[in-house]
Amino acid sequence: MNCIIIDDEATARAVVTQLCEQLPEMDVIATFDNAIDAIKFLNRESIDVIFLDIHMPGFTGFDFVQTLKDPPKIVLITSDTNFAIDAYEYETIVDYLVKPISLERFKKAIQKVKHTTLRPTATANAASETENELYINIDRRLIKLKMTDIQLIEAKGDYIEVVTDAKTYRVHNTLKKIKEKLPEKTFLQIHRSYIINFTKIIDIEDNSVLIEKNVVPISRSNRPELMRRLNLL
Amino acid sequence: MKEIPNLSYVRDLAAGDGVFEQKFIRIIKEEFPEEARKYKQHISLDEPRAAAEVVHKLKHKFNILSMTDAYGFAVKYEEQLQLGDMEMDEKFKSILQKITLYLKTI
Repeated sequence: MNCIIIDDEATARAVVTQLCEQLPEMDVIATFDNAIDAIKFLNRESIDVIFLDIHMPGFTGFDFVQTLKDPPKIVLITSDTNFAIDAYEYETIVDYLVKPISLERFKKAIQKVKHTTLRPTATANAASETENELYINIDRRLIKLKMTDIQLIEAKGDYIEVVTDAKTYRVHNTLKKIKEKLPEKTFLQIHRSYIINFTKIIDIEDNSVLIEKNVVPISRSNRPELMRRLNLL
Repeated sequence: MKEIPNLSYVRDLAAGDGVFEQKFIRIIKEEFPEEARKYKQHISLDEPRAAAEVVHKLKHKFNILSMTDAYGFAVKYEEQLQLGDMEMDEKFKSILQKITLYLKTI
């Protein structure tokens, strides 16, 4: 695991570096005596663990954690046990070491680091949210649709109709263009004029699919792909 | 405080790594006097909160040098300094002096 050490005391950095050197899985990439330099480093490098002193002049460890967009796992190092409660508010902080650190306690922290899985960060969540949404332009208004609400899309001349659970929207666009915006895992074109949300299928007959209350034709050329995707018993 | 500074924690940490031990001694010999100087300067300038920041750093060195009582004293003194009280200064300076002398022997 790649790690960095942030502590304004040289002796403390030397101690943590030495502890890491005694564990073959740990690789100290850099050490910093201030948080600002560490932030600059983290903007261009990806690392697995940060050993972070809470008490640094002008910029606490918690300030530092809050500035990170996509923080790795963090092990706090300090003498102030009072901060322990605050540490539990940050999911990214996986352990809390009190100085002076023994090798045995340090090993336990590394085990925690190894066995802790962080939930996706706010940034990652935001990206994921965006992927699950589609904005359609209707009368100069951008209307947000959830991908999961879309049942099917039908081509109608110069327009497409987006059928959702709540409503049908008529949009001046092409099936080809909207297809590029839809997740392939969920949506499938089953006819020259239809794309369906695969998760909304009720049943399938010879040449048609029932999506909620809509019967959608299946073209001969698209049928094999549809059948391939089905979890057939 | 009767306790004497020693390198037992550092030697445990070194686990026979002489290079680390020497490197560590060099670092503490550089860092400690500078922090002790800053502490004395803040006290002389009647800056207790700034002195508290330095005491915070120095107390870790007490720990590293296995001075448990001195560490406990420094924890209390740091709190007093944050409140603007510098009365424990003399005793703290005596700890600093003890360490200064010790560092000259290693």
